[in-house]
Parts: sequence; C-alpha cells; structure tokens
Amino acid sequence: MNKRFMAAMVVLCTAFSIAACSPSSEEKPVLVFSAIPDQDEARLMTRFNKVANYLSDALEIEVRYVPVKSYSASVTAFRNNEIQLAWFGGLSGVQATQLVPGSYAIAQGVEDPQYVSYFIAHADTGLQPSEGFPEGIEGRSFTFGSKSSTSGRLMPEFFLREQYGKSPEEIFSRVGFSGDHSATIALVQSGAYEVGALSYQVWDRELAEGKVDPDKVRVIWTTPPYPDYHWVIRGDVEQKFGEGFADKVRQALLDLDDRDVLDSFPREKFIPASNEDFLPILETARSLGLMD
Amino acid sequence: MNTTASGFRRTTLWLGLAGLLALFVADISITTRDPGMELGRISSGFLSPDFFATEQIGSALGYTLSFAVQGVTLGFVSGFLLALLWRWRMIRAFSATIRAVHELFWGLLFLQVFGLSALTGLLAIAIPYSGIFAKVFGEFLEEADRAPALALTPRSDAFSVFLYARLPLVWQHMKTYGAYRLECAVRASAILGFIGLPTIGFHLETAFRQGDYSSGAALLYLFLGIILSIRWWFRPSLLPLWIAAALLWAPPRANYTEGALSRFLTEDIIPAPMRQNDWQWHQLTDWLLMLAREQILPGLGNTLILGMAAMLMTGIIALLLFPLISSQFGNRFSRAGGHGLLVIFRTLPEFLLAFVFVLLLGPSMLPGILALALHTGAIVAHLSGRFTDSLTLRSDASGGLNRYAFEVLPRIYPNFLAFLLYRWEIIMRETAILGILGITTLGFYIDSAFSELRTDRAVVLIAAGVALNLLVDGISRRLRSHLRLRNGLADQN
Repeated sequence: MNKRFMAAMVVLCTAFSIAACSPSSEEKPVLVFSAIPDQDEARLMTRFNKVANYLSDALEIEVRYVPVKSYSASVTAFRNNEIQLAWFGGLSGVQATQLVPGSYAIAQGVEDPQYVSYFIAHADTGLQPSEGFPEGIEGRSFTFGSKSSTSGRLMPEFFLREQYGKSPEEIFSRVGFSGDHSATIALVQSGAYEVGALSYQVWDRELAEGKVDPDKVRVIWTTPPYPDYHWVIRGDVEQKFGEGFADKVRQALLDLDDRDVLDSFPREKFIPASNEDFLPILETARSLGLMD
Repeated sequence: MNTTASGFRRTTLWLGLAGLLALFVADISITTRDPGMELGRISSGFLSPDFFATEQIGSALGYTLSFAVQGVTLGFVSGFLLALLWRWRMIRAFSATIRAVHELFWGLLFLQVFGLSALTGLLAIAIPYSGIFAKVFGEFLEEADRAPALALTPRSDAFSVFLYARLPLVWQHMKTYGAYRLECAVRASAILGFIGLPTIGFHLETAFRQGDYSSGAALLYLFLGIILSIRWWFRPSLLPLWIAAALLWAPPRANYTEGALSRFLTEDIIPAPMRQNDWQWHQLTDWLLMLAREQILPGLGNTLILGMAAMLMTGIIALLLFPLISSQFGNRFSRAGGHGLLVIFRTLPEFLLAFVFVLLLGPSMLPGILALALHTGAIVAHLSGRFTDSLTLRSDASGGLNRYAFEVLPRIYPNFLAFLLYRWEIIMRETAILGILGITTLGFYIDSAFSELRTDRAVVLIAAGVALNLLVDGISRRLRSHLRLRNGLADQN
C-alpha cells in the first residue's frame, strides 16, 4: 500500500510540475483572430486556417485562428483580448465596438452593405412569394435563428415590429430560436415551424447543395437591405505590433484576391468599412432592447 | 389511517396531481406536418456514421476526459472537506447554492473571466460537483453507525476518532459514488462543449444543429462508447495515472487578461442602472421590477410547469422501464437489451432528444417534457431496477404482472420515491437547456442574457434559479424525512 501510494505521489508531483512549468511565455507577439460561427461549422478550422496562413504571409507575423461556439463567445474573447481581430456579424460587431473602446471596423465584404434576410414558409401554409411584406403570416408559428444573429434575428425582428407595431410573441402563435440558419431550414421544411427567417447566403448554399426540397419550403419575402458582416480590430494592437499595424491588416484584407481564401467567408472581395457604416445596426439593437 | 403506506400514497397523489395540473396548464398541442424527410436524413446519418468528418476529434476526446477527471477529483476533495462541517447550516446552504447552478452557467460565468481555457472547464465541473459531493458525503456520515466512535475511549482525539471509527464506515460508499460521478462528469464535460469549450459536445452540437447527421452520429457513438466502457478503463487504482494524464493534456491554466476579474466584479455584474454616474435607487428598483415582470416570473412559472409535468412523466416512464433490467423479470438477454436501452436514454443529450421530438410533434412544451422525462426516467428506472436485484422473493412467488404489482413494486416503492424526489431539483435545473424550443424557462432568459452580453441580468436570473432550487430541495428533504426515506447511499446527478 505504501509503495503504491509513494509511486502515485511521484507520478502526480511530476505531472503537476510539468503542468506548472510548461512554456507559457511568448516571445514573439501572435495575432489571434476568430470568426462568428455562422455556417459550415464542421469545417471551421480548415476554412479559417487558410485565412490565418494568408494573413501570416502578408503581415509577416504569426497569425492563429481559434474557433468559437457562439456569437457572444466571440465578442467575449475579443473583449478579453484573447483575440485581437474578428470577423463579426452586424450585431456582434457593434456589441464588440461598444464594449471595447478604441476598437473599430476595418473591412467588410463587398456584399455586406446590401445584406438581406429571407422569410421562408412551409408549402402547406399556402403563403406565396410577394414583393411587399408577406400577408397572412400573423398567428402562425415562427422561428428565428440564433438569438444574436443579425440576419436570423435582429433585422427580421426589426421589420416585423415595423410592420405590426408589436413584438414577435404578440404577432405569432409561437416563437422559437432554432440557434442556426441551417436548423431554421430543417425546422420549417419539416413543418415544425410554419415560417422562419434566415441569412440569404445560407439558403442559397443549401439550395444549391440539394438540401432543400422546393416543394416543401419556399422563400416568401426578401427583406430590404442592411449592413452586416465586418472585420473589427482592437485599438491597442498598435502597441503590441507597432505603429500602423491596423492599416496593414486592413490593406492585407483589401488586397486579398485568392478565390480559395475568399470562399471561406464566402465573399467576392473585401472593401473598407468604418464604425459609422454600422450605426443603423446599433440603433436597431437599441430600439429592440438588445443593447443598452 | 396514518400508516407508512398511506404516507406514500398521499405523497404520490399530490405529486401526481401537481404533475397533471402542470400538464393541463402546459401548452402540449401536437402540430405535425411532414417530418419524414428530416427524420429520414437523421436515420441514414445514424446508419452511415462518418468518423472522419470532424476535425480534431482526438483532441476533443482528450479535453472531454481531462475536464471530467480533474473536475471530479477536485470536487471529491472539496466536497469531502465541506461534508466534515455538514452539521453547520451555513455549509449546507452554501453547498446547496453552488450545486443549484447548472454547469453550463458556471461555465458561462467563468468564461467571462478566464476565457476559453482549461481552468474554466475544470471549475465549471468542480464547483457544482463539490456541492453535490458535500451533500451526499454529509448524508453518508450522518447515517453511518455511531457505535464504533462512541466505543472509543473519551481521551481519543477527534482526528483519530474520525480516521479510525467514522471514515472506514463510509469510505467504500464514497469510492463507489465517486466512480459513478465520473460517468456524470464525462457527460457534463461533453455538454460544456455547447458553450465553446473544446470538448466533444462542441462538435456534437454543431453537427446536429447544422444537419450534419453522419458526423453527429459518429460523435454520438464515440461518446456512448466512452460512457459504456468506463468500468473497463477507469479503476480506482489507476486514478493517479488518469489525473496525471489529465493535468498534462489540459493544464488548468487560465486565458487570463489583466484586469478581467476586477472588471467582472466591479462592472459586468453590477446592475446596468448602477453603472451610471449619478444613479438613484428608484432606477435600480425599476430595473429589478422590469426583470421580475418580464423574465423572472414568467421564467419561474414555465420552469415549474415544465418541471412538474416532466416529474410526473419521469415517474411513469421509470415504473414502466425498470422491469427491463430487473433480475426479477425476463432473462439474461432481455436484461442486456434493457441495460443498453437505459444507458442510451440517459446518455443522449436532452437537446438532441428535444430536437427529434420537435420534428415529430411540433413546437410546444411537449417535446421538452418528453426529452427531460425520458432522460431522467431512464436514470430512475436504472436505480430502481438495480435495487430489485437485492430482493429475495419466495420461490413460489407469482410471475408476470402479479409479480410486478404485488411482489416487487410494493417492496421497492419507498426507494423509487426517494430516487424520484432526489431527481426533482435536477429536473428543474435541466429545464435550462431546452431553449431551442422557445420554451421560456428561466434558463432561456439566462441564455438570452449571456448572448446579449448582459452578465448583470444573468446573475440576477441565476440567483432566482438558485432560490427555486433551494425551495424544491427543501420540500424534497422534508418529504423524504417525513416519509423516513433514506439516502440509500445512492444517486444524485
């Protein structure tokens, strides 16, 4: 018994000392970035390691990508300086710039100033595609995507409130949060919910991949455009990586023309962006009571 | 007549009535259209699992086990220390408070300060588990025979008395219970992936949410495999090795940035109105009233309705399923099958069951009630069924339904009721993770608060949840002591 006890103690002490002494000091500064997990999550590492490699070459420093699980987790990581650069959605981006003084938007996809959401409905509802706000959706069951999604929650809720002057809970018989654009399609397609709202990009991709049965679920309305995704960088990167670092990152993103890397987002190319571009999102979030 | 049996009957009646009332009030309408296509994709995913679709599956497994082993170890030790002071009301209240908060919410709180780090994973498990261990060990010690300690000479010092006359009586139970907790901790560790820690749940939840059923099924098989094989790979004598491996794989370090803790304590959790420069008390009360009116009261109401309905269904499911594994019924093969079925039901994450039930039954409270009840029912059935193995019936005892109704059930009913009452507070806590259904339980609002980055609201809502749990725990303890149900040195999740 005593021998075994001693042996166990030796093993444990060794483990503790190795765990305690393993190298934790970083000599060279590493830029760590992340992206909100909005689609195609199973391949996040593959997709964004390409981006990390590209940025690493362009900036000539080590760049690392860390995956996060949720929109709010990416904002928290940005706030705690676990990541210094992030590919945010509209809402998560303004949350981040509000929480981290001195941080700002540097670039967005060329598609992003004109992003839209689709409202989709199960075929049995008989709802037909329309130019204007769709008639006859009130009183039905409805699902958003993630609670913090701009295209899956914030903007759809904004247009609903604008149309009806009341909250989604008052408009619909049931309101759900599927948690994800793909899950929204699955739930409306199966008829669990009658109507849903999601990012146009995810719908287009899943339609192209044959995951959507057009006889069961269809787009009934395209929302007016609004600004969405953008890159946000912390203001204090200049102290860590040198003067003019943020501009170098912005330039690297604007110069990006490798199709394979751009498809990770997916975006045609990146264009400059500033915090002011997303003021409408900030106003909307405040008016819905999602931000103070 | 005021007999023991009448006490059981009355308790059962009231719990049943409360459950029926909850079911009556709850929204349980069924709206199904055509779940066929999605269910088809799910089943074909389960028939063709893809073990190579998930990136970094090996490291996810490593983290799952590391957090579980470290968390249980730390929880075991600190729970034991708390149990030594069990006679103090303060300690009991403290333990009840820390275990009333769901692991996921502990995780979300530590995430704000320690980031996505091994320390967050370790503490999220170790803290609630300390509370659970403290309660169970405390009750073990309370129920242990005091005769050996009293027999010692009065001059013996307290430490020796404890070491030689108290601890040996409960040590074996503590070990057994610790091993059982490890299974729960592996599950908890996996579920911490839902909030972003790099465990297997990270990928599992992603796969199912995104409709990637082949890789989801592969992950689930792997997860079930680990849980089912625990008794082979985990032996108490190997514990030091496992702890060493866990520490090496995931050294409990924080991803800490300067000032995160003070910011968390002095800004994040301070109610929003108090953060303004010239705030006034009425602003704080308005804020609290707003929270109470819009979130706490409806949240508490729905949590209670969902919880009580799930409690009733749990009881029914457990009574139906326990014969499957009982040595009083069936044969070796039927019991092996029964065991497998119960393990699957109690291991499957509730959100997954809920997702399938939403597809089948449409969105209402029903999928949530069923998911919770199936999960907990399988656990209670397992415990009750195992208990029947210790019964010795007369060799001429009747068989079949008569055996069930007149021989077995009356003998195990007190234990069944004790298991069920123990699970009560856990059912309440688990209602938290069914937000996908849009059921506005307290957990739904807590999740919303975190996703809106409003930690101040989250903390108030969590406190409301703690209050509900303490209440339920108190009622359950009173009922158990009134009915003279003892711990039975058994289960807690």
